[in-house]
Amino acid sequence: MSEPMVALYIFVLACFVGYWVIWGVTPSLHTPLIALTNAISGIIIVGAILTVGADGSSLTAQAIGFVAVLLASINIFGGFVVTQRMLAMFKKKPPGARP
Amino acid sequence: MTLAHQGLALAYLAAAALFILGLKGLTHPSSARRGNLYAMAAMALAIGATLLHPAVKHYTLILAGLLGGAVIGTLVARRIRMTAMPQLVAALHSFVGATAVLVAFGVYLGHAPAAAPDSVLLAELFIGSVIGAITATGSAVAFGKLQALLPGRPLLLPHRHLLHLVLVLTMLGLGADFLLYGHMVCLLLATCIALALGVLLILPIGGADMPVVVSLLNSYSGWAATATGFTLGNHLLIITGAIVGFSGAILSYIMSRAMNRSIVSIVLGGFGASGGTETPAAAAADRGVKSAAVEDAVFLMGNATQVIIVPGYGMAVAQAQHALKELTEILEHRGVEVRFAIHPVAGRMPGHMNVLLAEADVPYDKVFEMDEVNPEFARADVALIVGANDVTNPAAKTEKSSPIYGMPILEVSKAKHVFFIKRSMKPGYSGVENLLFQQDNCSLVFGDAKDVCEQMATELKTAA
Repeated sequence: MSEPMVALYIFVLACFVGYWVIWGVTPSLHTPLIALTNAISGIIIVGAILTVGADGSSLTAQAIGFVAVLLASINIFGGFVVTQRMLAMFKKKPPGARP
Repeated sequence: MTLAHQGLALAYLAAAALFILGLKGLTHPSSARRGNLYAMAAMALAIGATLLHPAVKHYTLILAGLLGGAVIGTLVARRIRMTAMPQLVAALHSFVGATAVLVAFGVYLGHAPAAAPDSVLLAELFIGSVIGAITATGSAVAFGKLQALLPGRPLLLPHRHLLHLVLVLTMLGLGADFLLYGHMVCLLLATCIALALGVLLILPIGGADMPVVVSLLNSYSGWAATATGFTLGNHLLIITGAIVGFSGAILSYIMSRAMNRSIVSIVLGGFGASGGTETPAAAAADRGVKSAAVEDAVFLMGNATQVIIVPGYGMAVAQAQHALKELTEILEHRGVEVRFAIHPVAGRMPGHMNVLLAEADVPYDKVFEMDEVNPEFARADVALIVGANDVTNPAAKTEKSSPIYGMPILEVSKAKHVFFIKRSMKPGYSGVENLLFQQDNCSLVFGDAKDVCEQMATELKTAA
């Protein structure tokens, strides 16, 4: 099987995983879900790192890669931190601890 | 496959599994934070493994970018107000899109000196760049609308559908040329058209359709990552991108179903383009609508056994969630059972109201989704509506001619008394008159949501 075909197999199977996992998410956590998937889509940083770090890449490619790493990194840290902040608010409070 | 490559592949596999487990954690609030930690671990693993990739030779720029992003991202995420969450998410989606475009160009430049790249790679580059570009500018416009930098009402260009069609066809033509000859100019031009399309697609969509737009762009950002994964032959990117893409798509579906409209009609835009303005009291008198003083509402709520509160976007705008929480506590102290009812499209993004209530420390087991809470309204003594409108309009069930006919609503009209906190008689986003106002059991309390809730709390305290 050729490399793009393997990639296609993986893609289709991942779509099914996504479908099942996401339908299980409780509606009250839909905002954190968007924030978290947002952070996760920062995984594109892997592509950015490979672009900027490759040996012999031109100055232009390096500049492009650097901006890409920066943007993706903002996305990752921003997404995870804000998800954590939101989820901390959904913490079950011990009875009687309310002000 | 060398040992290093195999190690990398295994690390990516572990990261993909952790991402899935992380999202699975969001099934319930109690496991959600663990889920977020799994996802963070997965990201750290993926980045760490990539840094050790044999092809990565220079670290200065990578580390500078990572650090810079960490500082900016953390600062923004710590400071952002919960009501501004839709804006933040839109901005971040925009970054994912921009990154996808940049990576596509970076890969192209990296390959250019070698022999002509194969057409499969060129196709992948083209798709990645185009989806990324639409996501980038589309999200930027959504951000502008949510941040009120751009008008929230739909902006309609004449012949816009024709214009979009011409642009899409031109873009595809350029794509075909790029596949055959691989000229960078074609990729560049097609990307520019995609950037313009992103703007043009989101401009005609009105403010209250934002839950769908935010979900759709969430989906696009995932597909952009997937396309980049195909370009680089990176399976981790393909898996994660596909899951994120599906997540956004499912949310868009849930949101549009909650409005009884197809995703297509929302994407085509133009809904809610009209909207009148009138002074509150005069207009209310004209239509025989009853208005009530805060004291009346407080008296009935104080003596009720069950109160259901329906928050909407107006609560977010007025920042009324904390005042509402205080009101809830005083009522509960008097033995009143208080619950919150949330319509799926309340607010500007899916789950917006839940986060705001959580911020105000309202326990999540008091917050109910539409289907769970609808049968309860008949038993409720008071339904208090704070900044919601269309989602409570009985016209959606009774008026076949109404634009919102068929939309599932919160059946507040079945409660014994309905109090509707409202700033003016202006109709909701859909521009439809709320039939609720003409019912005998409904009274309007005019004023800013936060002020009214605070007054109610004070009244109740003194009454006790």
